[in-house]
Amino acid sequence: MKLLYFAWIRERVGLAEETLDPPPDVVNVTTLLDWLKSLDGGHALALSDPAMVRVAVNQEYAGPDTRVGGGDEVALFPPVTGG
Amino acid sequence: MAVRVQAEDFDTARVLDALAAGDTRAGALCLFVGRVRDVGGGGALVLEHYPGMTETHLSRLEDEARRRFDLRDCVLVHRHGRLAPTDNIVLVAVAAAHRRAAFDAATFLIDRLKTEAPFWKREEDPDGNGRWVAARNSDRIAADRWRDDDRDR
Repeated sequence: MKLLYFAWIRERVGLAEETLDPPPDVVNVTTLLDWLKSLDGGHALALSDPAMVRVAVNQEYAGPDTRVGGGDEVALFPPVTGG
Repeated sequence: MAVRVQAEDFDTARVLDALAAGDTRAGALCLFVGRVRDVGGGGALVLEHYPGMTETHLSRLEDEARRRFDLRDCVLVHRHGRLAPTDNIVLVAVAAAHRRAAFDAATFLIDRLKTEAPFWKREEDPDGNGRWVAARNSDRIAADRWRDDDRDR
């Protein structure tokens, strides 16, 4: 699974992107975020406030129950501030 | 399709000249340009985006605007990278038969762009110390107004 991080989530994780192989019990956005938070302090800090984390799966906005799998591109970022 | 995401500046007069050029039914043109404000100290604004998703979502917004407002033409340009006060950030230009559709479509596009297109602003002071700009609730309310309009139909 390809993970992309943007803005302050990228800074806190310490990476712009990484490829990970989540365990089988990671089936949707909620379980993915829980697993990512367990990886290390950077991921835990970046994802500590769920209200500030937006998720896109294959470049489409996703909700907590959106399914994720091995071939997906999953992006994590704060609420957008363009314009 | 006229959606562009680019580091370089855009020429507002040129975009306006080309908008619905030669279209004898386009009686109303509306232009919005967002620029970098100096929030004190004369620092920079750095705009990050999600290449691919950003262009897709701007194109969808254009499609939705064309469906809702009977537009004759539509151009969206958004910059990324490091910008200075008074630099252009975003351009929304629409053409319609009459002014109401042109004004409404331009407002719709910038309101929805601000809450949906994956861009993030970081303000930097002259020493390079930065802070990420927080999303504003007033922007959320402005964008949601267009969803209320959906429900009214």
